[in-house]
Amino acid sequence: MNQEQKTLLEGKGLELVLQRLCLELKENYGDFANCALVGLQPRGSLLSASLHRRLEQMTGHRILHGKLDITFFRDDFRRGDDILKPNTTSIDFLVENKNVVLIDDVLYTGRSVRAGFDALMAFGRPAKVELLTLIDRRYTRHIPIEANYCGKAVDTHAGQKVLLEWDASQTNLEKVTLFTREA
Amino acid sequence: MSRLSTEHLLGIKYITENDIHTLLDTAASFKEVINRPIKKVPSLRDVTVANVFFENSTRTRLSFELAEKRLSADVVNFSASGSSVSKGETLTDTVNNILAMKVDMVVMRHQNPGACVFLANELKKYPKSAHARVVNAGDGTHEHPTQALLDAFSIRDHFGRIEGLNVLIVGDIMHSRVALSNIYCLQKLGANVKLCGPATLIPRHIETLGVEVEYDLHKALQWCDVANVLRIQLERQDIKYFPSLREYAMQYGINRQVLDRLGKQITIMHPGPINRGVELDGDIADSEHSIILEQVENGVAVRMAVLYCLASVKE
Repeated sequence: MNQEQKTLLEGKGLELVLQRLCLELKENYGDFANCALVGLQPRGSLLSASLHRRLEQMTGHRILHGKLDITFFRDDFRRGDDILKPNTTSIDFLVENKNVVLIDDVLYTGRSVRAGFDALMAFGRPAKVELLTLIDRRYTRHIPIEANYCGKAVDTHAGQKVLLEWDASQTNLEKVTLFTREA
Repeated sequence: MSRLSTEHLLGIKYITENDIHTLLDTAASFKEVINRPIKKVPSLRDVTVANVFFENSTRTRLSFELAEKRLSADVVNFSASGSSVSKGETLTDTVNNILAMKVDMVVMRHQNPGACVFLANELKKYPKSAHARVVNAGDGTHEHPTQALLDAFSIRDHFGRIEGLNVLIVGDIMHSRVALSNIYCLQKLGANVKLCGPATLIPRHIETLGVEVEYDLHKALQWCDVANVLRIQLERQDIKYFPSLREYAMQYGINRQVLDRLGKQITIMHPGPINRGVELDGDIADSEHSIILEQVENGVAVRMAVLYCLASVKE
C-alpha cells in the first residue's frame, strides 16, 4: 500500500525538543529525589530510557526508572482475533507516595495511558502522576486525557500513523515521521 | 501474537509446538505479575469459570482457582460428591446445566480417560453451550496438560532452554496422566525423554511414542539432566504391580545415597503429592537439587496463561 510520508522531527529540531522536555522535568523535580520515570512498553519505554539517560547526565543524580507493560489492563481484550501479546514489566521499586512521570511516545486515543494508570496502581499509590508524550495527536482522544509535557502537537486523522525511528541499538532517536495512507 | 490452534485445552497431544511456546511466553509475563505487590489483573473480569471436579484434587484445584481470581474472573466450584451426579445425572447434563447459568469456561477433572474430549465434542451439539471453552485438569490416566506445561516452564526457567535436554520420568508411568502429557510436551519442545520404573508399571508399546525405556535407575539417572519423579498411584491399581512399597523404595526410590553415586548434579522435579520415603526421600525433596516448590509457583502463572489465551478470542 502506498504511503505518504512527512517528517515531524529530526536532527537539531528533535534534539532541541528532547532537551526542552528534560529541562521542563528538571524544573519541576529538581534532583528527582522522590520522582520516578516510567515508560509504557514497548515504544514509550525506549523514549523513557533515553530521557532517563539524559536527565541522569544533566543532574548527576540517580533517578528511578521503570518499564510498565499495560497488556493485561487494556480495554480491547476479547475483542480481536488475536491474543494480545504481553511485554515485560520491570519496576524494581514501589511507587507509593512518589511523583511518577508516565512516558509514552505518541498520545492518540488515550486508551493506552488509561490502561497505564491502572497498571501503575499495582505498584502502590503514587503521590502524583504526570504524563509526558513526545507527539500529541490533537483532537483524536476517546478518553479525556491530556499530557503535562508534550514534545510536539500535531493535527492528524485516523488514516495516519506516527512512527519513531531509533538507531540499531535502540538508544538514539533519529526521526519522527507521519505516515498517511493513500486512498 | 496469533491465536491458539485450538479452542480448548484437552491435552498436549492436540496442540502445536507454537501453541506451547505462546502459552509459556505468556506464563512468563504472568509470573512477573504474581510477584507484584498487587497480584491481580483485570483481563478476565467479564468471564465466568466453573471448576468442575469429579475427582479429588488439592494443588490443581487451588492453583486454577488462584489463577482465575488473579485474572479477575468470576469463579464457581463444583465437586461431584454431594451433587446431582449421585442422583444419576449424566456428565453432559451436569455441564449443560452449569453452562446455562452463563458460564464461559469449564475446568474439568474426571476419573475417566477422554472425559474432556468427550465433553468438548458433546457441547458442540448444543447451540447454547457451544461457546464454552473446556480445560482439562486431568482425566483419568489420559492427560494432565497444565501439569506438563508447568513442568516444561519450570525446566525452561531453570535451564534457560528445553531443546536437547535429557529428561527422565521415573515411577508409575502406567497410571500417570502426568507422564503422557510430559512425553508429548517435552518431545514437541525438542527434549530427549526416557522412562524408568518397574517393568510392570511401564505400558507395553510405549516406545512407539519415541521414548526410550531404562529399567536400571542408576543408569537412567546418569543419563539425565532432570528427573521428574512420579508417585505410585495406588488408588488406580486394581492388582499388585510390585511386591511391596519397601521393595519399590529400595529399587526405584531416589535418596541421598543414589544421587551421591552419580558423581554429577541433576535436577529433581515432582508433580506432587509426594510420598516421602517411597519414590523420593524427604531431604532430597527439600534440597538444592529440587525445584518442586518452583513448579507449584509456576503452576499458577501457567494456568493464568492458559485461561488468558483461551479466553482471548471472543466468539
